[in-house]
Formats: sequence, structure tokens, C-alpha cells
Amino acid sequence: MSTLLQEMNDRALKAGIPLGVQVDLTYRCNERCVHCYLDHHDYGEMTTAEIVDALDQLAEAGVFFLTFSGGEVQMRTDFFQILEHARSLLFCVKVKTNAFMIREKEADRLRELAVESVQVSIYSHRPEVHDAITKLPGSLKRSLAGIRLLRERGVKTIIANVLMRQNLQDYPGVIALAKDLGAVYTIDPTITPMMDGDRSILSLGISQQELRQVFRTPELVGNVEEFCAPPKPADGETLEELPCSASHTFCYISPYGDVYPCVQFPLPTGNLRTQKFVDIWRHSPQMKAVRSIHARDLPVCSTCAHVGSCTRCPGLAYMEGSMRGPSSLDCERSFARTGVPSANMLAKKQEQEARNNKQVGWTQLVQIGAAR
Amino acid sequence: MNPVYIARSKDVAARSLEGEMMIMSAHNSTLFSLNDVGTVIWEAADGQTSLEEIVERKVGAEFDVELGEALKDAENFVRELAAHGILLLADQPIALSSATSKEHS
Repeated sequence: MSTLLQEMNDRALKAGIPLGVQVDLTYRCNERCVHCYLDHHDYGEMTTAEIVDALDQLAEAGVFFLTFSGGEVQMRTDFFQILEHARSLLFCVKVKTNAFMIREKEADRLRELAVESVQVSIYSHRPEVHDAITKLPGSLKRSLAGIRLLRERGVKTIIANVLMRQNLQDYPGVIALAKDLGAVYTIDPTITPMMDGDRSILSLGISQQELRQVFRTPELVGNVEEFCAPPKPADGETLEELPCSASHTFCYISPYGDVYPCVQFPLPTGNLRTQKFVDIWRHSPQMKAVRSIHARDLPVCSTCAHVGSCTRCPGLAYMEGSMRGPSSLDCERSFARTGVPSANMLAKKQEQEARNNKQVGWTQLVQIGAAR
Repeated sequence: MNPVYIARSKDVAARSLEGEMMIMSAHNSTLFSLNDVGTVIWEAADGQTSLEEIVERKVGAEFDVELGEALKDAENFVRELAAHGILLLADQPIALSSATSKEHS
């Protein structure tokens, strides 16, 4: 992060300003990605007028970074009308899309409206792998064509490569594609549960051993030594740190106007159809509850060797049972990076051993009983 | 000397953060922070008012400055921002189609 951006973030944090917001305009999508954490129904999305009003309120509240995502944003026929309004309010806009529907006209509009960047998920350089993940035949070809049109116009484009068992071996091909297209390449090696708590899609994720390998690949993580460095001992300052930007300088708005602390933090804090954004942001008890969490308050994680360097997501922890509890997915990441098990992993291991001992004791008792 | 007209580029993102204007260029995502005087000039850059008038009416009214010196500094400032594509500069009024047309918080 640049010094100025860090300074901006610190000032926003101090002043209680939501510097960044993600608005999902719709959950509808033309793709059906196997690992997607959303359903794709429309339960009554905000109207154009409601979104325009929401954007006015966000600008008023001081929001600078605005991400439009979904679902697929272009499933909304008013997408460019919304984007145009957002840019007239001078938001720094990032668009997440599968780029399937970006043709010349759409690429021209995205350039004219000076979006900061467009992020597109590409799973493989091979159509049979990419299209099997999106379940939309021809999607790789169309998405790459969309990216090409954006790059021809100088629009900054980011290729996000979610790594799963079925596409892990293809990342070199996606890196080469990104290079060829002049796009920025990023990876995301974590599959997260569905918003309704269903964890079945986690089985699509890569194994612990594969994750260790990913984290030791310079092309994917940069400086391996730095990235995989053992955790430093926590001091008083570390324990005062905030878990992340959720509810502090960032929040998320669903297509139905529900406001949440973050994208994958399904704790409702209010709804824009009945409340003003600034009232939710400042006064919602749920926002305040998330805001009150410091590392020292986390019963398990405050004792963990990784407390100062873990990417612990309070939203995933919330979905696992408690926003103050551990997020097992992040424990696994920390372990894969450093080889040092987290306090949560050690506690679970102890519990398992205690259970095994009890079972052994009972078995012995039965055997003794049977022998008599 | 010819008058200088300035207009905010439409290819930027901007927001006032506690009185200081944060501006990001869409060309290269470079972030700029304007101090209070810079913010006044930025906000007055409507393409229709000359820089001299802005310095005289806005900067001179709000800050304790010597106008000749302030105008010289302002010229350097706007040229620097123009070099980054954040401001448009011309020796005649600038049409709003090439610049941002809406006020912002």
C-alpha cells in the first residue's frame, strides 16, 4: 500500500469514514461457477432509483472506493446508467465482471467512464477446464475477447485466478495469458462457504499440501522467504490491532439494500430501503459490535502464534460460529505458509486426542467386561 | 500574460477527506492529496473562471496571502496537476463535456 493510501486509510479510520464499499448490483448471473458462494435468484433487487439514491448517500458519507460486483453486473440492463451516475459522483470505481457481455460498445463505455479497473475471473487457459467451472460453453473465449477489448482501450484489467483442485495445474497458462493481454494477475487459493452456511463447496478447494506448494511459488506470492516467514512474537501493540477493515472503513451492500460489515460477513446491520446509510454505518448495534473487536478480545486467536500476521477473516469466523472465534480456513493458510500450527488447530487436535482416549478407555472396558 | 482557465478532468476520482481533497488519476491510479489551498482551487476549477479570478476571489478571501505570489504558486500548482491529467488547462473557457460537471462532497 502506498504511503499516501495508508495515510488516507488511517484518517478515514480515525474519523469513522467508510472509505470503501462493495455494492453487489445483482446475484443473477449467466455463469454457474461450481464454487460460487451465492444463489442466483432475484428476490427483489433495488430499483435504479434506489441504487442512485444509495450512491448519493455513499458519496455524502465520504466513500471513495466503490466496487460494483454480483452476480454478473451486466445482467442489469441499467448497469451503465448506474455506473455513469457513480462516476459523476467521482467515486473510484472497480468493476468485477466475467466480461462475457463486454463487446466494443461496452468496452468503449467503460473507458469513457474512466473506471479504475475491471476484474475478471479466469480459471484456466484451456476452454474445457474454464468452461467446466463456469458451466457456460464458450465462456473462456468470450471473457478473453472482452478483456482484449478493454486492454486495447487502455482499461486496467485484473485477471483473478481462483485455484481449485480442477484447475490448479493451469495457473502457468493463466499467468501467460495475463502477460499476453497486459492484464494484472492475481490468485485466490481459498474457496469460501456459501452465504447460507453450506460448506459443501469447500471440498473443491486445494489440499493443505497443494496450498503449501502454492505459497512456495515465487510467481504466485512474490518473495517466498518473506511470505512464509515464521510468525513474530506478539507484543501489546499487536493485540490492540483491528482484525480488518470490515465495519471500520469498509462495508458491503447486497442487491436488496441490506448492509453488511463485509462481502462474506452475513450479519445484517440494516437496510437502505428503510434506513439512511449513514445511520446504519454510525449507529447499527451490529456494526458497533464488529467495530469493538480487537485482537486481544479473541479468546483463541489472541493466544495464537499467528495473531500478528494471520489473515483471519471475522466474516468467515462468524459463519463458523462466532465473529470472535477462529476462522479455520485462515488457520490453514497460516499453517501452509509457515508450518506453524495455529492455536485453534492445536486445540482441535487436543480435543480429538481426548476423544480418542475416551473411546479407547470405553473399548477396553467393554473388552474387559466381555472377557469376564 | 494570457488568462489561464482550469477544469477538473473527468478521468479522475475525488473525495474530500476531512477538508483535504483526495484525487486518483484513472490513467495510472496515482493518488494525490491536495492541501486546503489546493482544494479551494480544485473546487473552483469549473472551466469558466480564470485562475486569476479564482486566486483573487477564493484563495485571497479564505487565506492570508499576497495575491501576486499566490497566483505564481497557483500557476505552478495547476501546471503540475495538468501534467498528471488531473486538470485541464486552456487560455480560454473550457467546455464542460471534457471535464467533470458535478459538484461532489
